[in-house]
Amino acid sequence: MSGYLDYKSEQTPIGWRKILYLSWPLVFLLVAVAATGFLMLYSIAGGRAEVWAEPQMERFAVGMVAMIALAFVPVWFWRSISVAAYVVCVLLLVAVDVFGHHAMGAQRWLDVGPVKLQPSEITKIALVLVLAAYYDWLDLNRVSRPLWVLIPVLLILIPTGLVLAQPDLGTSVMLVAGGGLMMFAAGVSLWYFAAVIGGGAGLVFAVLKSRGTDWQLIHDYQYRRIDTFLDPGSDPLGAGYNITQAQIALGSGGWSGRGFMQGTQSRLNFLPEKHTDFIFTSLAEEFGFVGSITLLSLYTLILAFCLYSALTNRDRFASLLTLGIAGTFFLYFAVNMGMVMGLMPVVGAPLPLVSYGGTQLMILLMAFGIVQSAHVNRPR
Amino acid sequence: MKKSARDITDSNRAINRRALMLGAIQAAVVATLGWRLKTMQLDRADEFRMLSDGNSIKLRLLPPARGLIHDRNGVLLAGNEANYRATITREEAGDPELVLARLRQLIPMTDTAVEAVLTEIGKRSAITPVVVADRLSWEQFASIAVNAPALPGVTPESGLSRSYPRRGDFAHVLGYVGPVSDYDLSRIEDPDPVLMLPEFQLGKLGVEARLEERLRGKAGTRRVEVNSAGREMRELERVEGQQGDTVQITIDAALQNFAVQRLGEESAAAVVIDVQNGDILASASAPTFDPNLFVRGISGPDYRALMEHDHRPLADKTVQGVYPPGSTFKMVPLLAGLDSGLIDAGTRFYCPGHVTVAGRRFHCWSRGGHGSVTAVASLERSCDVYYYELAQKVGADRMAEMARRLGIGVRHDLPMSAIAEGIAPDRAWKRARHDQEWQVGDSINASIGQGYVLASPLQLAVMTARVATGREIAPRLVRAVNGVAVPETAFPELGLNEAHLRIARAGMDAVMNGNHGTALRSRILTPEWRMAGKTGTSQVRNITAAERARGVISNDQLPWNRRDHALFVCYAPVDAPRYAVSVVVEHGGGGGSVAAPIGRDILLFALAGGLPPLDAYPPGQRGGIEEMRARMNLTPPPAPQANGRARA
Repeated sequence: MSGYLDYKSEQTPIGWRKILYLSWPLVFLLVAVAATGFLMLYSIAGGRAEVWAEPQMERFAVGMVAMIALAFVPVWFWRSISVAAYVVCVLLLVAVDVFGHHAMGAQRWLDVGPVKLQPSEITKIALVLVLAAYYDWLDLNRVSRPLWVLIPVLLILIPTGLVLAQPDLGTSVMLVAGGGLMMFAAGVSLWYFAAVIGGGAGLVFAVLKSRGTDWQLIHDYQYRRIDTFLDPGSDPLGAGYNITQAQIALGSGGWSGRGFMQGTQSRLNFLPEKHTDFIFTSLAEEFGFVGSITLLSLYTLILAFCLYSALTNRDRFASLLTLGIAGTFFLYFAVNMGMVMGLMPVVGAPLPLVSYGGTQLMILLMAFGIVQSAHVNRPR
Repeated sequence: MKKSARDITDSNRAINRRALMLGAIQAAVVATLGWRLKTMQLDRADEFRMLSDGNSIKLRLLPPARGLIHDRNGVLLAGNEANYRATITREEAGDPELVLARLRQLIPMTDTAVEAVLTEIGKRSAITPVVVADRLSWEQFASIAVNAPALPGVTPESGLSRSYPRRGDFAHVLGYVGPVSDYDLSRIEDPDPVLMLPEFQLGKLGVEARLEERLRGKAGTRRVEVNSAGREMRELERVEGQQGDTVQITIDAALQNFAVQRLGEESAAAVVIDVQNGDILASASAPTFDPNLFVRGISGPDYRALMEHDHRPLADKTVQGVYPPGSTFKMVPLLAGLDSGLIDAGTRFYCPGHVTVAGRRFHCWSRGGHGSVTAVASLERSCDVYYYELAQKVGADRMAEMARRLGIGVRHDLPMSAIAEGIAPDRAWKRARHDQEWQVGDSINASIGQGYVLASPLQLAVMTARVATGREIAPRLVRAVNGVAVPETAFPELGLNEAHLRIARAGMDAVMNGNHGTALRSRILTPEWRMAGKTGTSQVRNITAAERARGVISNDQLPWNRRDHALFVCYAPVDAPRYAVSVVVEHGGGGGSVAAPIGRDILLFALAGGLPPLDAYPPGQRGGIEEMRARMNLTPPPAPQANGRARA
């Protein structure tokens, strides 16, 4: 376990001076993306701010304060709490499975007094922390040894299994992909990834084969999502409804869109989750290619700043942490956009910083707080 | 674990390599997303824009409210009432059988009705609404609305449906509306799209059919945004339709009601015309039927009962029915004779009870004969031989020409269905129709309104009005449209000598009031309502010599459909005619005994503007009249509507 003395404190800003060393472009980009979200939430609510936009703005303000506060925390703190955070998250996931609140046919929420917690969201960050700490601790030469590969695999699979039991396929996939991304960044041999991809293909085959038999591996609605992905037109009013209408909305935006508050698809409730998972289609409809490519560029810039921060950070833990959080963020928006564009099956994944939702927004901002903390406190 | 600087450098190098690989992978994914955006939003934008517009903006027609029909006093004869119904759309219902099974728990539906709906659903496209239940009560309508979540695809709707508050009274005049059939559409060139709406109603018969264009109104339109399930989300634009024209017809609902009631269960018809302006005040055909049954879609058994009824309730006997007019026709040969100068008022013919012409014997209705008969007496006593002799002088062509001048054998144009032309036969007609030469016997038969002569009750009423006024009275049925009165036409003179007309009128007066009048029993005592008339009894079969030898069989002994028709025409008051009436009772028996009392009662009702005082009737009949009134089921006149558009 390394202590803070490892850092050359004279090269690292301390106290209030840290604020000057924040990655301000990143802050600006986050605000810009979130502002796009407020605009869309206002539009989707039919020009009313109090429905979604205002609560979202309040949470964003709280989240920004939290982010900057977290930026002041020294990086070693995150490494110190990573194992504890991971254990707490796993316990919370167990609690959700046992006592959880039902929402949309799945247990994902935990009522803690006035707060509704969605532990699977925190778990994504906790997993990044614990894996970053693990690889920071692990000797570089052992990274690809089977035993030392098995440990992070178990670290990934335990929460994944618990989330899958909720059941929440989307988050499970995100956890596996996020964890895999960490292992990739840490330098685990590419052969493992090849093996996993091969095995995954086999599993997909088995899942599809098991349909309708008594050893059926996944829920019927999950099969239907797969069907819908493969051919959304097969059932335009049933399971394919979301994706068909989402694509119509998106495509009909054209170059410059139908104009702010003019999107007929979103205005007319064609999109049942238009303020959450399908918000990108509303943006694409109202602001067209210009609007959607702008948002995609903002996301890409956020990734680029994180990558830059990771590359310039000489602390292995901080670099891995930054890459992991940025990777999780990337997975969020790539899966969401891929889903609404029909490139991926429909899984419940929000558009980060834009979709309406408290837990998701707060946790993302706090995660970026950790990225800022790594950035501010990086040894130069 | 303490790390060396070298370790850190190695580790950073490793991480940087992988971080750059990760960045490259992420960049590739982002590029894929961007490419997909470009494909969808730029390359395929038009296609998606079309889909988006198509599934979000629809033009819907607003069916116009049908124009109202009022009687001459503003009494509503045809209106529109709210009709609650439920429709089902297959696309939304998913499993229509299951949905219908649930619906049956809310509203009564027979197995056959369910079957019919399922068949209809199968035939129509998935998004076409099919009517499941019509004419629901408000409670049923509300229960469907409340249970909507359990009934996917079922939409409770409220629309307008035609209603005929006077029920049977106007069934023949107004006709009725019904759902638009494929046959209806095939007959209309370039049909109004509103006709394609489910449950839209089209005039099928009578005024409803003939004035369809006026009554239909203009459809409004709504531009609505609908979601892909077809549910309306928002109305963008609404152009209100225009209600059809309000039509006021000339008929007096109270008089019509009385006439229908007075005809009762007979197979009969009566027409009342205002001789001043040609207004048809009543046009009653009995028995009648409830047109509301047709609007709702008549049941098979009900329809069969109407079709198979030997009194033919569906036919409008006033304009469609043609009958040998019998002796009511006699004014025609008389005026033809006078007009041609072949006879005058004093010309006498001797009636021994029969006459033999061309080896055939023609009988007078009075076997004993009438002796020497003048023109007036010939009408009063309805002497047939007088007309047999007259016909031989006048000939067929002059009689036919006079018949047409008086309105028989001429099609009177009214907005009613299947108006018959009747037949005023002449030589040319027989040659064309039967390819035979006219025989003198044909003239003799025609002179007493038998043989080839056929007239509708409407034509007989017109004839009476023309004789009473000497003017070319033409009937009319439409009094005003949208409150604007249809101008009355000034009818030209018939061009008949007034003295000749006065002879005919004197004869008709004598029929009612002369000592030998055939309708003396039906006279009106009130001097200012004194009436003139003519009875007729027309045979519907030939009486063979053998039958005659056995003695004339009385009507009562014959089967109903072989009995004589009873006819009667009349007008009043004699010195200032106001109303002309014709009555035909199919197979009713004697014109004087059966048709004349009916004609008198209807005429009196018109003259008195309601039930007349009993002292208008001969004293011996007053008890019977009172009894008859008690049996009648007259509809009380509704409060007149101040404003024609009060009920939409």
